[in-house]
Amino acid sequence: MKRQVPLFITFFVGTLLILSVFIPPMENLGENFTLFFDIIAVFAFFLGGGNLLRVHFKKLSKKKRDWQYSIVTICGFFFMLAAGLFKIGNPGDIASSVTAEGSLFQTIYTNMFVPLGSTMYALLGFFVASASYRAFRAKNREATILLIAAFIILLGRTPFGTMLTVWIPDSMSIAQIPNLAIWIMNSFNLAGQRAILIGIGLGVVSMSLRLILGVERTYLGDDSA
Amino acid sequence: MTSLIASDHKYDDGDKIDLAWVPSIDDLPRDGLVTAYKIYRITNDGAPVEIAELTPGANSFRDEDRELDSTYSYYVATMSDGPTVESNRTAPMQTEREWLNLDRKFMFLVALILGGAIIYFIETARRGKKLFVRRIAGLEAVDEAIGRATEMGRPILFIPGIHDMDDVQTLAAITILGRVAGQVAEYETKIRMPVARSLVMTAARETIKAAYQTAGHPDAYSDEMVNYVTDEQFGYVAAVDGIMVREKPATVFLLGAFFAESLILAETGNSIGAIQIAGTARPAQLPFFIAACDFTLIGEELFAASAYLSGEPKQLGSLKGQDVGKMIAMIVILIGVLAVTLGDGWGIQVMADLANTLKMIFSGS
Amino acid sequence: MTVHNSLILPLVTFHDVGMVVSLLAIAAGLIWLFIRSLKGMEVDRRIIFLFIFAAVAAPLLFPFTFSEKATPVVKALFNKVESLPPGSHVLLSYDFDPAMAPEVQPMANAFTRHCLEKGHKVIYMCLFATGQGQFEETMRDVIAPEFPDKVDGVDYVNLGYKAGNEGVLNVIVTDFEKMFPTDVNTVPYDSIEVFKGIKSCKDLDLIISIGGGRPGIKEWVLFVGDQADVPIATGVAAVVAPQLYPYYPKQLLGLLGGIKGAAEYESELVRNYPRFKDSPTPGLKMMGPQTLAHMVIMSFIVIGNIIFFTQRRRERKS
Repeated sequence: MKRQVPLFITFFVGTLLILSVFIPPMENLGENFTLFFDIIAVFAFFLGGGNLLRVHFKKLSKKKRDWQYSIVTICGFFFMLAAGLFKIGNPGDIASSVTAEGSLFQTIYTNMFVPLGSTMYALLGFFVASASYRAFRAKNREATILLIAAFIILLGRTPFGTMLTVWIPDSMSIAQIPNLAIWIMNSFNLAGQRAILIGIGLGVVSMSLRLILGVERTYLGDDSA
Repeated sequence: MTSLIASDHKYDDGDKIDLAWVPSIDDLPRDGLVTAYKIYRITNDGAPVEIAELTPGANSFRDEDRELDSTYSYYVATMSDGPTVESNRTAPMQTEREWLNLDRKFMFLVALILGGAIIYFIETARRGKKLFVRRIAGLEAVDEAIGRATEMGRPILFIPGIHDMDDVQTLAAITILGRVAGQVAEYETKIRMPVARSLVMTAARETIKAAYQTAGHPDAYSDEMVNYVTDEQFGYVAAVDGIMVREKPATVFLLGAFFAESLILAETGNSIGAIQIAGTARPAQLPFFIAACDFTLIGEELFAASAYLSGEPKQLGSLKGQDVGKMIAMIVILIGVLAVTLGDGWGIQVMADLANTLKMIFSGS
Repeated sequence: MTVHNSLILPLVTFHDVGMVVSLLAIAAGLIWLFIRSLKGMEVDRRIIFLFIFAAVAAPLLFPFTFSEKATPVVKALFNKVESLPPGSHVLLSYDFDPAMAPEVQPMANAFTRHCLEKGHKVIYMCLFATGQGQFEETMRDVIAPEFPDKVDGVDYVNLGYKAGNEGVLNVIVTDFEKMFPTDVNTVPYDSIEVFKGIKSCKDLDLIISIGGGRPGIKEWVLFVGDQADVPIATGVAAVVAPQLYPYYPKQLLGLLGGIKGAAEYESELVRNYPRFKDSPTPGLKMMGPQTLAHMVIMSFIVIGNIIFFTQRRRERKS
């Protein structure tokens, strides 16, 4: 029974949503089901927040390894929650935007959240370099082609690419590195991307049908199909 | 403005009316005299109500949320600095409801063929026919990766992407988790799964718990195996990177929907010497995984993984059905390329017509 | 007797010296690594990180800029904004977070500058919760200082964030008010002048989604562009741009990819509107670090290959 109900819901809702694409009076169903999911997802915020607090309070009470950092997490959680909920320092009244300039929420956002997020993202720049150094090696024919293409694209995205081939006449403009980079992106890259996208589309259809028909049940914790 | 025409919108729930008109001759892109078009609606012969004000240059409007049993009539007022000019009133009309969207008949046909092929092969497999499925290296390595973690006495880290349960990639990751958790429970290896969405946390806990029960080790399961970190993308990345560096897992699974964090996670995993099996249907992230991970499931392979790992004939049958779709796509692409080349390039009319027909069928409507 | 100014100014500034010294240091370091690579010695990843740091930091400390020329994909969007009559409705969706901001915030600011200068009515919204904070940056850096006469609600409006991803789009494609009964300042939809004559996305003249994640431009194309037949364009992080080329030019009328896209749009804006000559152009400024970082990455790819071939030769010999 515990497995049958979710399987039935999946089948019923999945079939209904497929039909709604082709039957105009059912067109709004997709929209409504998305709203249902959002309502459930809003309650899940409490679930997530509750779990986070439980984990860190437990760590704190049992003085597990690195328990000091849990204090930072818990304090940060409640501080930000209070700043947003009570609109502390908000220049307008309680009805004004939570992110209004000057509010404590926006101040923390701009001065802590933004730099911290950007710092993590910036790691990407370093990791791109180390991954390229390791991955782009001419080990075989395919890898060599990949290496050459990467080189042209990298060069084409900089003003040096333009400078290096500026002497090539416009009648041969395809040989200019920036144009060569665009050509690689628009032809080879595009063809490859489309092939992968078609594969993904078909994969999604097949996976969805497996779920709707109840052939795939692993996500419900049921191994016996 | 002239020739205001009101018509029932085709293939709807009987709730839309389309208006179209020829703009005023004073409505010019530069220095035109028209300042706006105001649209008025008369419901059941009542008083006119202004329903919209459009900028100059507009020549159509769709009136929505109408009711089936009412009559509607419209007129448009052309506003300018001088006098306001009103158009003719359209004849009172009613909307009509259609039960089938015939604009999407070709899409329906393609869906039917594809869905039919998948169901046919599932049934064929159910009857016991052996189906060949090509070897996927990334999935062949799953056993080895779990075995390695067991030998080294280190945990397995499973990252299901950063999206919620409404993303089919996350669902695919959870189905693979079911298979992985089964083996983990059997080998009594430790699994660690920090997640970025609370609903994923609940689903993953249920999946792992069931896998431990099936393996006969329900006591070994603990809720702490899966914990929620944060919805914030880079906050989550910071936490996962921290776990990787501190706990040094022997095996890392990166399966699901990944974005800019893909390379940050994969490179950190690489730096601690973990075996990494990655997979996503985000084409932009695939190069990063290929560069930094040992095995990568490319797009559709992620969705095929659970079926492949299960080895169940029914699930493998669905993969075979998917191949029919691929076959159709390949044939249509080939015919399409030929038709466009010969039709547009060489001026062969039959081919040009064929190209147009294909465009119409596959243009998404 | 008059002395020409240039004669009393130092011929070389501190800025020039700094730039030359840092470039020489990076070049010397790379040459040293080239020599090591000939012996087949691998480079530690921390050394790679150090070089990337230097390549990004040097042009930031001692800025040098390059002139940019708009490529057709960027030019198409610029021309579209340019050709719309004043008073047209343009929707800018801030679908990004602080992490993506360095790449796409310059685009958002440039679009705002361009649209307000042309007299378009701009509607701001976001599908990322953090987008609301990013709009405040545009407000602080562009709208408040450069367009003080523009009035909230009349010339532009901020609808803020609504949870629901594509669900939000599914609704606003037919009805804005259903999803946004008020703007962020709780002003009712009906009282906002910008929305006069606007019921849904179908009544807009242009939609620009700025971001690169999900929900983002793909959802805009699928749920709004294709359904409502509204011109859609985008500005995205460089890494996402390649997968969007299939949508150009039919479903996306223009596309800005990464810092280079932002720099191209900024240069086009300055060229056409000299009043923005002194406005901040972070896109153009960041092309320096990007160029140098690309050169360093290419050098490491070459070094990696030299090491690979040297090691392979040794293995074959032994």
